[in-house]
Amino acid sequence: MALHEIPEIDFISWRRWIIESCQLAKGRVISLLAEDHGDRMRLYGLLGIDDRGELRLAGTDLMKNDLRYPSLTPDLPEAHWFERELYEQHNILPEGHPWLKPIRRGDYAPFYRVEGEEIHEVAVGPVHAGIIEPGHFRFQCHGEKVFHLEIQLGYQHRGIETMFPKANPSRQAVLAESIAGDTVVGHALCYAHAMEGLADKSVSVRAKELRVVALELERMANHVGDLGMLSSDVGFLPASAYFGRLRGEFLNLLMELTGNRYGRSFIRPGGTLLDLSKEKILDFWKRLEKSEQEFRDVSDLFFSETSVLARFEQTGVISAELARTLGLVGFPARASGIGHDVRSDYPIGAYRVHKPPMVRLTTGDVYARARIRSLEVKRSLEFLKEGLKALTVEKTFLPCDRFKFSSLVVSLVEGWRGEIVHIAITDSSGKIRLFKIIDPSFHNWQGLQMAMRDGQISDFPLCNKSFNLSYAGHDL
Amino acid sequence: MWDILKNRWRQGYRTQTFPPRGSLPPPFRGRPAMDSRKCADDCRRCAEVCPTDAISTDPLRIDLGRCLFCQECVRVCSGGAIAFSQDYRLATRCEKDLVLEGDKMRLAQALEKKRLRLFKCSLKLRVVCAGGCNGCDLELQALNNVVFDLSRFGIQFVASPRHADGLIITGPVTVNMKLALAKTYEAVPDPKIVIAVGACAISGGPFEGSDKVLNGAHSVAPVDLFIAGCPPHPLTILDGLLRLLGRMKEG
Repeated sequence: MALHEIPEIDFISWRRWIIESCQLAKGRVISLLAEDHGDRMRLYGLLGIDDRGELRLAGTDLMKNDLRYPSLTPDLPEAHWFERELYEQHNILPEGHPWLKPIRRGDYAPFYRVEGEEIHEVAVGPVHAGIIEPGHFRFQCHGEKVFHLEIQLGYQHRGIETMFPKANPSRQAVLAESIAGDTVVGHALCYAHAMEGLADKSVSVRAKELRVVALELERMANHVGDLGMLSSDVGFLPASAYFGRLRGEFLNLLMELTGNRYGRSFIRPGGTLLDLSKEKILDFWKRLEKSEQEFRDVSDLFFSETSVLARFEQTGVISAELARTLGLVGFPARASGIGHDVRSDYPIGAYRVHKPPMVRLTTGDVYARARIRSLEVKRSLEFLKEGLKALTVEKTFLPCDRFKFSSLVVSLVEGWRGEIVHIAITDSSGKIRLFKIIDPSFHNWQGLQMAMRDGQISDFPLCNKSFNLSYAGHDL
Repeated sequence: MWDILKNRWRQGYRTQTFPPRGSLPPPFRGRPAMDSRKCADDCRRCAEVCPTDAISTDPLRIDLGRCLFCQECVRVCSGGAIAFSQDYRLATRCEKDLVLEGDKMRLAQALEKKRLRLFKCSLKLRVVCAGGCNGCDLELQALNNVVFDLSRFGIQFVASPRHADGLIITGPVTVNMKLALAKTYEAVPDPKIVIAVGACAISGGPFEGSDKVLNGAHSVAPVDLFIAGCPPHPLTILDGLLRLLGRMKEG
């Protein structure tokens, strides 16, 4: 929408609007962001009323010489991370914030400490034992029991958001694909939707369908891979080997669709760069059918093993209330009973016509976060098999340029981890002057911290893999 | 128990022979091949559109250390001077060899005698993700699965740098990871090797030029092997490692 159409209100009303929308109208903070306007700082709040599929946006100004306001976090804990980000990026001080420190900058100031004679502290990272990304974890423990876990990220910070406005379109596209290496398709699609929104162009039906094929393949590959990781963490090696191999099958399908195992350089503003031949579609369908059978076998084996269930059930519980308070998104929220899925709530592209039914579980433990993966894989497989039969025949790419000037666009995609959001603002010549990225991990890292409360350190690998959050997606 | 055995039977034997029979299926994008003769006079469209400035013209060259295999160049070239082949072999010993001209490439040579004798039959590596998007790390992880089965070659990823013979570095090396990476490098006993995996670790990749990154592994340690790609296919990494250990035939 054009910038002048965005409602502008005074700061006190803006703050009240956010709190009331979230507490009374079942809303959720999707993003809080700021833009430098010379002597003022313009703040935008983007809220989602998921039940109604409604996005709300409003702006307000803070004067540069007095950048402070009463913090939202005490009333609305889901604003916690956003306020820390605003403080880090723009020096906006939320007075009364309970734990105000930078999230990415690298000066990792004091960690939260529990005092007491029998308390000990365990520090892990940034370099971990496995082949994973860097991050630092501080556990406050009493014996085996974890009282508190603080996660400090920022080691992967590459400055993507600041690089965006300076980059040309081909560079922007590869930057979007490099936000998180396991969510290439999700972020590329979100970026493409944003640019198409700014250009006021829509893509062909076939391109929309192929994009959905890529997105669902990415979802399945990651869910299956994580189930493999969870199996190795509980020492159930047969399932670990089979899930690991099956993940490869989905990645190979993605490669035959896009030319790259993670789906790089396939989705671009305007459509998709490659198409699928008739024979390929038939081949895909057969291979998906075979994978479905194999996945069912391994999944049944895994979830009927009592030693696996004993380890998963009641571990790392996140209640529905806690999930709502923290503003969790994606499958961890659905595993705690929250019915939010961008594909259903804010459908776009081919999902408008047809979408896989939402899966929801209620226990919020590691079991639920594992089980929901296998259910989502099953639904995606059925959905894709049906979709492949009915692909339309059309050109997959139409050029997309010339953006509307002085406009703001919001784009939402349900990636495999959850809600991906890109927000772009153009200047008076139609060039992008601000680009904001919210990976689902940005919301969900707090969930992992809370899942560890009163658990044991030995539960950490399970809780961690059950969420499998992105360091790169958070750090940008 | 019976279920496990039944499943094992159904899974069958899945490990891929290496080097694989046949090439990877299209549209896989492997090593690019160029033909300057097809270039129109003074045409620089491929170089202009390249997101990472990997292409120089006259003569036409692609720097695989920067290339993200994104096919923008192929899309704008009307003469068909650039095409991506399905050849997955993309590892070299020096940065200079990454700059391709025509369709030939000088692939990685084996280590010098002393280190080769030590590491040829058993190589333990520590992987450090120093920024980047995690894509290369996923492919390194994939090398451990039953399909690629890295350990059959005597190569293993280990948990501590003190147990390692060398480092694999991924990512452009962020300012925030510089210290941790330098400490890990120091903790590996001498003689050691350093391998840069992916465009980020070689040149900074898509993040080159950001003030938050140091544009590659060479900013912290001397690199012995460069494995190009974004991310490199597991077979590309495997090929590079075995070449470094002198266990691949030339070519």
